[in-house]
Amino acid sequence: MAKLNELTIAEAARALRAREFTVRALWDACAAAAAARNPELNAFLEIFDADDAAIAAAQKRIDTDGSAAPLLCGIPLAMKDNILIEGKIASAGSRMLENYRATYDATVVKKLKEAGALFLGRTNMDEFAMGSSTEHSAYGPTKNPHDTHRVPGGSSGGSAAVVAAHLAIAALGSDTGGSIRQPAAHTGLVGLKPTYGAVSRSGLIAMGSSLDQIGPLTKTVEDARFLYETIVGRDPLDATTIPAGLYPARGIPEKFRIGVPRHLLEKGVDADVRVAFDATLEQLKDAGHTLIDLELPMSAYALAAYYVLMPAEVSTNLARLDGIRYGHAVRGETLLDDYLLSRTSGFGEETLRRILLGTFVLSSGYIDAYYYKADAARRVLRREYEKAFEKTDIIAFPTTPSPAFALGEKSDPLSMYLEDIFTATANLTGMPALSVPMGFVERTGKQLPVGLHLTAPHQTEDALFALGATVEKARGA
Amino acid sequence: MATTEDVKKLAALARISLPDGELAKFASEFDAILAYVGQLEALDIKQSSEKEKSPLRNVMRADGTPHKGGAYTEKLAAQFPAREGDALSVKQVIHHG
Repeated sequence: MAKLNELTIAEAARALRAREFTVRALWDACAAAAAARNPELNAFLEIFDADDAAIAAAQKRIDTDGSAAPLLCGIPLAMKDNILIEGKIASAGSRMLENYRATYDATVVKKLKEAGALFLGRTNMDEFAMGSSTEHSAYGPTKNPHDTHRVPGGSSGGSAAVVAAHLAIAALGSDTGGSIRQPAAHTGLVGLKPTYGAVSRSGLIAMGSSLDQIGPLTKTVEDARFLYETIVGRDPLDATTIPAGLYPARGIPEKFRIGVPRHLLEKGVDADVRVAFDATLEQLKDAGHTLIDLELPMSAYALAAYYVLMPAEVSTNLARLDGIRYGHAVRGETLLDDYLLSRTSGFGEETLRRILLGTFVLSSGYIDAYYYKADAARRVLRREYEKAFEKTDIIAFPTTPSPAFALGEKSDPLSMYLEDIFTATANLTGMPALSVPMGFVERTGKQLPVGLHLTAPHQTEDALFALGATVEKARGA
Repeated sequence: MATTEDVKKLAALARISLPDGELAKFASEFDAILAYVGQLEALDIKQSSEKEKSPLRNVMRADGTPHKGGAYTEKLAAQFPAREGDALSVKQVIHHG
């Protein structure tokens, strides 16, 4: 049998019920691996002490309820540092909140606790989830377990590295423009951005409120489904959550109609990433699924629209961090000095840049040219996708144009922003999207994973899990 | 073209103070980013005749039973940078000349 920390949720849950090992042994295996490997990877910002009461309760529940116990009972998970766990620090990767202790549980944390899941630690991230490499963390970059000279992607790079290096069984991240799916692709994991409103954002430190969703980073598609099914649901504490069945049910087709927007892939995608993508499509075609060429012209403008709307929301959300009620607080002569000093020294460079950009696109004189235009483009993009889904079930492209890049390689902001070129669309349309491994490409003698990106209509996560599992099986994973 | 003056004004609006050296750096990065998002200008989006409904939903919930008064007071007050009892201490807002 594999080492305990290397198991999937499904494998660990089965073995716990078969009394092959205890919850404590599973926790100890993950905690030992985390302690040994974290100094090199910097994936955890904090590894929690064992919660003896929670471990004992989980064991008892499995012993008593057996197969009726929730699958996540006794499973050690890692949480991104922007998801609140009562009593624990939640810094969002920022100096601004380095001393902030959560005063309540995020709804997803409450649901996971009810299911008996355990929390191993909080994971590194780009400050306030802004970035695609985890290099913008105030606490130093996270390294990619596949090649420690490279980034794990971001902003949920800590969660991705932790699961890829087997320091936790699975993790939660958050995704505003690709922050779950891009790191999943760069570390060989499965990553899901659920339908906007499917999962409560209560207790998630906000970045772009019309775009943010919490979702799983896991070793298998099946594990992603387990976590998703545990955290999904309407929440009175988040008025944007949606009830089940809000959008028309579509069922899971036996043979999928897979739309491929080839016109978007003509330039900018690395040749070997394209080869891996085409080979994956061929496998799906051989399995009886149909490939359909699609034109999605508005997609070419999606990233530009995203980099207007997102900073606008960032600048308003982060206005609340003023050094007065909690977090980093520096004092000057006047009240205005208190704000200026706290904010200027508390925020990192990328955060400041996006606050300034957001302030600009919302300022009178520019709001028509930028914000309203981007908002209109977002509506057209959504309609374009809805139309495409009249003749397709799923839309496929590579998650990223290239594999993980080297630490420090993307030093100018715009080149970093282009990492989100394929993923940001699903946040703009609110549609669910899954990244699933589609093979490896070689860079500097190292094998680096690349991901296949699948988008489906609102509330059809089931279709993503079904086709994702097919891709996984075809690769023999 | 963003000037250092523009960036300085935005920073003041956002309650941030940047040293002069950084203003120039932010201004030049702004130019590159705005050139990229400026692609949107080329878009000719016709407003559809039907009234555009926002795809975003925000459903207000009914007022329910609130939590017990004071249940969170100590937890929240423990986060205050400065406190007097349960009160948050801040500087005087209005100064008398």
